[in-house]
Order: sequence, then C-alpha cells, then structure tokens
Amino acid sequence: MKGFFSLFLMFIGGLFNLFGCIGLVRLPDVYNRLQASTKCVTLGTCCILLSVLISGPVNISLKAFLTIIFILITAPTAAHAISRASYKSGVNLWEGSVCDKLKEEKK
Amino acid sequence: MITYLFTVLLLCSFLCLYRISRGPSVADRVVGIDILGIIVVNFSAIVSYITRTDFYLNISLSWALLSFIGTIAVSKFLEGKGFDE
Repeated sequence: MKGFFSLFLMFIGGLFNLFGCIGLVRLPDVYNRLQASTKCVTLGTCCILLSVLISGPVNISLKAFLTIIFILITAPTAAHAISRASYKSGVNLWEGSVCDKLKEEKK
Repeated sequence: MITYLFTVLLLCSFLCLYRISRGPSVADRVVGIDILGIIVVNFSAIVSYITRTDFYLNISLSWALLSFIGTIAVSKFLEGKGFDE
C-alpha cells in the first residue's frame, strides 16, 4: 500500500513538472510563463519529495520534510522578486492582457 | 517508474534550456534558470530514492538554497537597486 501510494505520487509529480515546463515554453509573456511554471513545478517537486518521505527511513524522511518546507517558502518569493524586477526594468505586457493594476496605481 | 521519471525530467530540462537560450528578455532567462534549479532538486531526490541514502537530500536542500539566493541577487540587480534597500 505504501509502495503503491509512493509510485502514484511520483507519477503525479512528474506529470506536473512536465506541464509546468510546457507552459514555460508555450506561453507568450514573461508574467504568464512565470505563473505557470512556478506553480506547477513547485507542486510537482513537493509531490516527488513527499513520495521520497513516505517510502524511506527516518533520516531520509526528516530531510525530505525540511526540503518541502524550504521549497514552499522560497519558490513564491523568488517568483515575486522576478516579476517585480521585470516590471521595473521595462518588460512590456502581452498585447492581449486586459488588466494592469500597478500602472493604474502609479497614476 | 524510474525510467519514466528520468525521461520526463530530462525533457523538462531541455525545455528550460530552450527558454534560457531563446528568451527575448533577461527576465525570461532568469525564470528559466530558476525552474532549472528546482528540476535539479527533483533529480537529486530521485537519486536519493534509488540509492536509499540521505546524502543526496543534503545536495538537494543546499541546491535549493543556492538557487534561491542566485535568483534574488539577479532580480535585485535587474531592478537597479542595492542589496540593502
């Protein structure tokens, strides 16, 4: 049962990683790419580390748990920093975008 | 299952390398490098699952830390600010 659940989580994690990287290539804008890739790859990494956590002895489980907590804290922070820096360095939005709240705020 | 995971993660790495090499702006390349760092964390966790040792999870944790610090440094540099403001 534990082995089956571990393999299932690995399958889901690999699939989410693949979807995130396809979004990184296919989407038209920096902000769209950042959103798709960061969310999907974070979830896939957490699934794979969770499968390592439930299938190993105590020392492996503890380090996998620490890595999950660390990834969950740092990945959104890095994405926020990148998007803020790209807006301030003058990367334009895609022409199909409908809403720019930061520009309305600055007026 | 291990063959499937290595195939999928290798495909993800090549997609990230495509975005790093062909990105129109600097921010695209920074996004690609960030995602590539998290993919390397995945690789190291799977090697730890195969060999049943916790040594590779140390590599995974420290690689996540270094990738985060590098991304923050490059984005601060891109924003045109110093580190303390």
